[in-house]
Amino acid sequence: MPWIDVCAIDDVEEEDVIRWDHEDRTYAIFRSVDDEFYCTDGLCTHEQVHLSDGLVMDYEIECPKHNGLFDYRSGKALRAPVCEDLQTYETRVGNGRVLVFIE
Amino acid sequence: MSRSTAPIGFEFSVRDYSLTGANTRQAIENGLSAAEWYHSEIPRKKLKLLMKRRDAPAIRDTVIWIALHFVFAAGGLYFWGSWLCVPFWFAYGVVYGSACDSRWHECGHGTAFRTRWMNDVVYHIASFQIMRNPVNWRWSHARHHTDTIIVGRDPEIAWIHPINLILKALAFVGIVETWISLKTLMRNAMANLSQEEKDYIPESQWHKAIFWARVHIAIYAAVLLISFVLLVSGAAWKSLIPILLIGGPRVYGCWHFVMTGLLQHGGLAENVLDHRLNSRTLYMNPISQWIYWNMNYHIEHHMFPMVPYYSLPALHEMIKDDLPPPNTSIWDGYKEMMGSVMKQRVDPNYAIRKTLPPTARPYRDHLHKAVPERNAGAVSSDRGGM
Ligand code: FES
Repeated sequence: MPWIDVCAIDDVEEEDVIRWDHEDRTYAIFRSVDDEFYCTDGLCTHEQVHLSDGLVMDYEIECPKHNGLFDYRSGKALRAPVCEDLQTYETRVGNGRVLVFIE
Repeated sequence: MSRSTAPIGFEFSVRDYSLTGANTRQAIENGLSAAEWYHSEIPRKKLKLLMKRRDAPAIRDTVIWIALHFVFAAGGLYFWGSWLCVPFWFAYGVVYGSACDSRWHECGHGTAFRTRWMNDVVYHIASFQIMRNPVNWRWSHARHHTDTIIVGRDPEIAWIHPINLILKALAFVGIVETWISLKTLMRNAMANLSQEEKDYIPESQWHKAIFWARVHIAIYAAVLLISFVLLVSGAAWKSLIPILLIGGPRVYGCWHFVMTGLLQHGGLAENVLDHRLNSRTLYMNPISQWIYWNMNYHIEHHMFPMVPYYSLPALHEMIKDDLPPPNTSIWDGYKEMMGSVMKQRVDPNYAIRKTLPPTARPYRDHLHKAVPERNAGAVSSDRGGM
């Protein structure tokens, strides 16, 4: 079953992020200002800090440790000290639940 | 010589501040590097409000800051030749040579403005003013936040043991630092990065470090050239004006940032994982606080680096019951710090350990005392009680 049920849509506030641990990995689930859901790896590519403690602004997530910046839609690293992109995962919403496609 | 006390923080067998030496290995092996740090509890909802970015406060402050450059420089030029020009150059020196440090710092974190390019522009201007390679220092400061005052890991430790008080006093007139900064920029401009720089700057960024060093050096060379041309064309003392305007304030105007910067961690503990033991929060007069962009709330800044400078007073109010009492003024901070520094000159293990208010959670000594065990369990945030 590659689509995994993650949480209810209301578990994530608008323009915010939560942490989701699945098997031996940790992910970040984002809800954008226009109510879209996105999923990326949960740890910053700089020093393995949980992005769920960071700040979501528009379509960007700022890492809580050194303020590195990613576009959470594409995973693209936007500002030093992050240089490496984040891996992203497909999401969908159904019956008030957020689902993520994990291979 | 008195016997050395046991240090508050993790004890190293030797003290080697280089980033490639014995303490570097020890810090990494003992889990002091990239470790779990203590932070006060704030509900996420409140923290989100504090972290919220706005452009308005930093635009206002930047407009004032730039305007002050022009006003003071204009006064200095207008009264040139009379003693009346001195206070103007003095003030120009501070807005250029000291206020740039906090602008460099805050924009380097990317927290001053909401709009990214505004942070970047002010960051580059301030980096130039303070003679810091904007690439190198972005990375060194990231390391300072990861490994704050961890010997062998933090490249920004201001108080290195054994403490040389003459060098510290000279820092207030910036001559030694300016010379070192120019030499570093020159070396980088010649495509030469030191082993330490290579340690904390990723290889993909080296070319940027070289590019920006060349830009800085080119501007300084142009300033010197203009000054020289003025001198040979008979401008006499007036040939100093280009240097007083650009570059010079790093020497004659740096005293305020040195004064506030030394207070950040001075006299406090090394090799701990609780910012309440190695950083200092203090109150200060509003002018200094404006120049310093509220970095006097230094424990708060280290615990929550995502909170912009204009929200630090509110953050302080929220967590002050969990922090040691702040020093009441710059003077009070210096009294405390210098008392400790004088003891550290005899016993480098000595450090201030302030009494926490009864409302605070205890110091997390176990974080640095038991790092090997903790490391085995890879924990990412501090939730547990003592
Ligand atoms: S850990 Fe994320 S920016 Fe450094």
